[in-house]
Amino acid sequence: MSRLSDTNIKLAHEIIVRYPRPKSALIPLLHLSQEQNGYITREAMQHLGELVGVTSAEVYGTASFYEMFKFEPVGKYLINICGTMSCALMGANELMHHAEKKLGVKAGGTTPDGVFTLAHAECQAACTEAPTLQVNYRYRLRVTPADLDRLIDNLRDGKLNDEFPPHGVLSKVRQSIDATRAVGAKAPEDVNESPAWLDGKAAL
Amino acid sequence: MSKTYVHAPGFVAGDRPKIVTSRFEFADSYTLERYLATDGYKGLRAALSRPANEIHEDVKSATVLGRGGAGFPAGTKWGLTPQQVWPRYLVVNGDESEPGTYKDRLLMERDPHQLIEGCLIACYAAGLSQCFLYIRGEMAVAQERVVTALNEAYVAGYIGKNILGSKFSVDIILHWGAGAYVVGEETALIESLEGNRGMPRLKPPFFPAANGLYGQPTIVNNVETLANLPWLLTHGVAAYTAIGTKTSPGTRMVAVSGHVKRPGVYEIINGTTTFRDLIYGEEFSGGIRNGNLLKAFVPGGGSAPWFTEDQLDLPFEASQVGPAGSMLGSGAVMVMDETTDIPAAALTLTHFYAHESCGKCTPCREGGTWLERILRRVVEGDGTDADLQQLLEVGAMICPGAFPHAANEKLGLTAVPFPYKMTTICFVGPSAYAPVHSALTLFRSEFEARVKKRVTIPVTAVAGVAANARVSA
Ligand code: FES
Repeated sequence: MSRLSDTNIKLAHEIIVRYPRPKSALIPLLHLSQEQNGYITREAMQHLGELVGVTSAEVYGTASFYEMFKFEPVGKYLINICGTMSCALMGANELMHHAEKKLGVKAGGTTPDGVFTLAHAECQAACTEAPTLQVNYRYRLRVTPADLDRLIDNLRDGKLNDEFPPHGVLSKVRQSIDATRAVGAKAPEDVNESPAWLDGKAAL
Repeated sequence: MSKTYVHAPGFVAGDRPKIVTSRFEFADSYTLERYLATDGYKGLRAALSRPANEIHEDVKSATVLGRGGAGFPAGTKWGLTPQQVWPRYLVVNGDESEPGTYKDRLLMERDPHQLIEGCLIACYAAGLSQCFLYIRGEMAVAQERVVTALNEAYVAGYIGKNILGSKFSVDIILHWGAGAYVVGEETALIESLEGNRGMPRLKPPFFPAANGLYGQPTIVNNVETLANLPWLLTHGVAAYTAIGTKTSPGTRMVAVSGHVKRPGVYEIINGTTTFRDLIYGEEFSGGIRNGNLLKAFVPGGGSAPWFTEDQLDLPFEASQVGPAGSMLGSGAVMVMDETTDIPAAALTLTHFYAHESCGKCTPCREGGTWLERILRRVVEGDGTDADLQQLLEVGAMICPGAFPHAANEKLGLTAVPFPYKMTTICFVGPSAYAPVHSALTLFRSEFEARVKKRVTIPVTAVAGVAANARVSA
C-alpha cells in the first residue's frame, strides 16, 4: 500500500492548487508520501505522477536528485552527523566513530532491528554549536560521546517519542489557508493585468 | 554586555543596534501575540499607507544589501523586472546550507512573523502577486515555526485577500526542499520550485528578474534581507542608514565558528566591524580557545578564499574584502587555530562541494571529484609531489587564470583580488577549488610534509628485481 491514502489524497489536492502549475507540488508531495510510508516506493511515484500530470519517470528524475528521499526502508530514526568544516574542527569524526561503535553499524548502515540508520551529513546550519547532529532533521547541539549514548538509549526506550516523530515526518503542522482568505493561484498565462495596488495610490 | 538565551542556541546579544534580532530575548518571540506586542506588522501598515513605488524608492535609497552571498542591493534587484509583464513572483531563499552559515534558520525559528512581514512589504513595493517561501528540507522546526506563523497571519488578515482591508492581496505559500545545497543558487531554487531537479540555469537568458519562475519575472531574496524590511519601514530610511557605512548600511548577522572561545551568531554593525573585533573582541568570540594562536580563517562561508592574521583588521565591507582576495559571502567566519591539520580541514570543504555538485557542468562534476580524490590521497599519506601540481591544474580547468588569494607578509605574497573567472554556470565548482587553493598557497609546507617519499618500481621491472627502482621526490 504505497499509493497515498484517502486522507493524504485530500491533502495532496490542497497542496497542488496552491501553485500556478501542478508539478511545483511534486517535492511537497514526495515528502507526504515519505511521511506515509517511511520511504519512496515505485507505486508511490506512479501515483504522484498521476496527481500532478507527469510520468513516474519524471517523478523519479526529480526525487532522485534530493538527498532526503530514500528509495529503501531506513530506520525509524535517521541520525545524521555533520562532518563539514566547523563540526570537523570540533570533533565530528570522533563523534562518528563513537556512534559507529555504539550502534554497531558503519555510516550509511541500519541496525538489524530497523530502529537506527546512521549517516554522514553535510553542514546543518548550526555551525557555532558544533559538533551537531540531527535525528529525523531535529537537532542536538554540542554533542559529546556521552550525550550521544544517552540520546540513543532514550530513543530506543521510546522516551523521546514526542520530540522525534518517525522518519518521514517533517513539520508536525501543515499550512492551512481558509478559502475565504485565499487569493488563489492562477496559471501565469491567465494573469495579464498589473496588480490592483499598483495604481499610484496608497493601499490603505 | 553580551547575553545568550537557552531558547536561541548560538545567538549572542550585545549592546549594539538590533534590526533583525530585537525579539530574540523573548522565549515566545515566534508567536503572533509577542510579535504584535513588539511593533509587529507596523512596518506593513506604514508601507500600505503610501503608494507602492514610494516604498520601492525607500528600499533603494536605504541600500539594503542582499544577505545571501552576492551582496546585491535588494531595491536595485526589484527594479530589474521588465515593465508591464505580469504576474511577477517572490521566491524567498530559506535554503541556508553554505558551510559555516547559521543565521537564516535562527531568523525563521525565532521570528517568523518578521520574515512574513518582510515578504509582504516586498510584494507590495515591487508588485509581486504570489510569494513562495522555500525553506531548506532538513529544518523541521523552522518549517513548523514558519507554517504556524503563516496560519496565524492568514487568520488575522495579514496575508491573503485584501490585507488589512486594503486593495493589497497576496498569498504566501510555504514550500520546502529535500536536501541539495546547489538549490541555494537562485536559478536552481526556481527549478526546484517548479518540481524539477535543482540544477542551475544559464544566465543569460535566465536572469530571474526577467525570466524566472514559469518564465515570469521573479525576485529571489534571502531570508535575512527580507527580515530587514519591517524595521526599515517602521523606523525610516534615515534611521537605517545611520547605522553602518554608506556602502554597507545597517547590520548583518555573522556566525563565528571553529576554534574560538565563544562561537556564536552576532548581529554586527555593517561596514565597520573588523574580523579582529569578531574573533578577539570580548563582546564577540573572545579570542582563540586555550590561548592558542590563529592559523587561518574563512571569512565568508566555505566558498570563500581564506585569510590569515594579516587580514584581521579588514572591516565587514565588500569593497575592502574583495580587493584583499576573498568575499563576505553569507556572513560565516570559520576559525582554525594552530593545532589545525590544514590539508584535512580543506578536504572537509572540498568533499562538501564535490558531493553537492549537481553534475550539469563538466568542470565541476569531474573536476570537483578529482580534487577531492587527489586531496584525500594526500591527506591519507599516499600522495606524491605530482599530486600537488595536479590539484592546481585541475583547479585551473574550473577557474582559469589567477585565483584570488590573500596577501601574506611572511610568504611574500601580494593579494589577487576577487572574483575569479569560471568555466561553470554556478559557484559550486569554484567553491570546491577555493579551499584547496587557499590551503596550498598559504600552507604549502604542510602538504609537502604529507607527501611521502615513495619507492616506485618501473613497469618494466620484473617482480623481485628492483634494481631500477627510483625514488620519486
Ligand atoms: S559545519 Fe556542521 S553545522 Fe555547519
